[in-house]
Formats: sequence, C-alpha cells, structure tokens
Amino acid sequence: MNPERVRTLSLVAAALLALLALTVGLSYVDLGSAGFAVALAVAAIKAMLVGWFFMELEEGVPAVWFMAGAALVWLGLLVSGTLADLFTRI
Amino acid sequence: MSAEAAETPFTDPEQQREAARIGMWAFLATEVMFFGALFLAYFYDRHLYPEGWVAASKHTDLLLGSLNTGLLLVSSLTMALSVEAAKARRPDTAARTLLATMGLGVAFLVLKGLEYAEHIRDGLLPGETFHFDPAALSRPGELFYYLYFTMTGLHALHMIGGIVWLSVLVIASRRGSARNFDTHVEVAGLYWHFIDVVWIFLFPMFYLVRGAK
Repeated sequence: MNPERVRTLSLVAAALLALLALTVGLSYVDLGSAGFAVALAVAAIKAMLVGWFFMELEEGVPAVWFMAGAALVWLGLLVSGTLADLFTRI
Repeated sequence: MSAEAAETPFTDPEQQREAARIGMWAFLATEVMFFGALFLAYFYDRHLYPEGWVAASKHTDLLLGSLNTGLLLVSSLTMALSVEAAKARRPDTAARTLLATMGLGVAFLVLKGLEYAEHIRDGLLPGETFHFDPAALSRPGELFYYLYFTMTGLHALHMIGGIVWLSVLVIASRRGSARNFDTHVEVAGLYWHFIDVVWIFLFPMFYLVRGAK
C-alpha cells in the first residue's frame, strides 16, 4: 500500500471526526436562525471531503464527474422548483 | 493497476475498471434522486413547522447519534484502506479492513436499534399510539418522526445491503477466486461512502435542530 495515500486517507478521517466534534459543539451554542445553516455547511464540507478523497473524485475521471454533476443538477431542479412554489405563496 | 486481462467487451483492464466505476456512479445518481425527494419533503415541512421541528428534535438521542456518526466516518476510512489494499494486491489486508468496515457497520445498526427501541418506548413511533410533549405540537412532531423513521430506516436498509455485499467480497478474497478483485472492492467502496454521505446530512437534520429558532 502506498504510505503517502494511507497517510492522506487517515488525515481526512481525522478532519471528518474533528468536524463532527465541531458541529456537535456548535449545537450547544445559540446561533439563532444561522445555526441550522452552519450545521448544513459543516455537513457539506464533510461530504466534499468524503467525495473528493474517499470516492476518488480527485482522480478527475471526466465521466465520473459528469455523473456526479448530473445528480446534483437534477437534485437542484427538484429542490428549487418545489421551494420556489413554497416560498412565493402568501 | 490490474494485471489481469480485460473481459469482453473491454479492450484493456483500465477501461474495464473505469466502466465499472462509471456504472456505480450512475446508480448513485439514481440514489441521489431517491433520497433527494425525502430530503425535499423534510425541508418543505421544516419550513412550515419550525417550532414543531425544534421540539421534536429535542427528543432525539444526540449522544447515540454522534457516536453513530463517528462509527460511520471511521468505517469510511477502513473501506478506503481496503480499496488501497486490494489495489496493492494484498487480499488478506483487504479482507481484514473489509471485516473492520462490516464490524463498524454492525455496531452502527445495533446502536440505531437501541435508539429505535427508546423512541418506540417513548411513544414516538407515528400512528395510533403516537404521544408527544408538548401536545400542541403533536401533529408536526409526528411528521418529524415519520420522516425520521423513514429516512433513517431506508439508510439502515442500505447499510444492511452494504454489509452483505462486503461479506461476499471477504469470501472472494479468501478463495482468491475473484477476477478483478480490486475493481469489485473499489465499486463497493463507492457505495459505502455514498451511504456515509447520506448519514452526514441526516445527522444535523434530525439531531442538531435543538438550538435553532
């Protein structure tokens, strides 16, 4: 096994656990309405770390990027279309 | 790098490996749609019933939820190490790290089961017997727990599927019979990490609403 790669993966896992501790700690702080947005932002950073290093998006295979991107675009359409309706109702 | 010959219709092993990964990613894209609809339902209802969401989230078990998140994050590391071991043609190391990943997955499911039992005892299972304090927020509270059980339950089913899949790979590694073993482990790894990502979002959505306004 490539020791450099093992080291990178271990560091990513340590960062993920640190972010978990951070987000749990922040849940005890009253951040008002921003609290949930912060928790989701931390989750997004964790997801990106998993995707980039563990799921090997860093290798930059174009078709893989296309699949991942397409999933996010369609999810965006689903969410934005529905929420646009919800938020514009009186 | 696979030393084996490519199977038809592929011209070389690297092309075969890439095709397998692209296929897995296409499946994961459909999984994003599958879970995405439920995530959307969650955000829709949360927007409508903010007070109910905060009250309901206070009944979740943050300690068990945090422990479980930690278990899954570490299981993603062992899974990634297994992929590296398989690529380095070390099936024994790959099998050991696969077993570690499965063990962490089983531990997650055991804790999740304890949590479900706790909720059911407290009357938080949606239906006739649903009981919620404060009673004024009972309807949105029930909606929250409907989504909670549906989403974490589907996540748990995916984990059970993943554990079964990994057990097949462990057997294959012991027999030394698997063709393109490294690719098989890599594709299973993509699935396992995806399930981890789903949980990474479920965790703040259900456990960390407490302080929100």
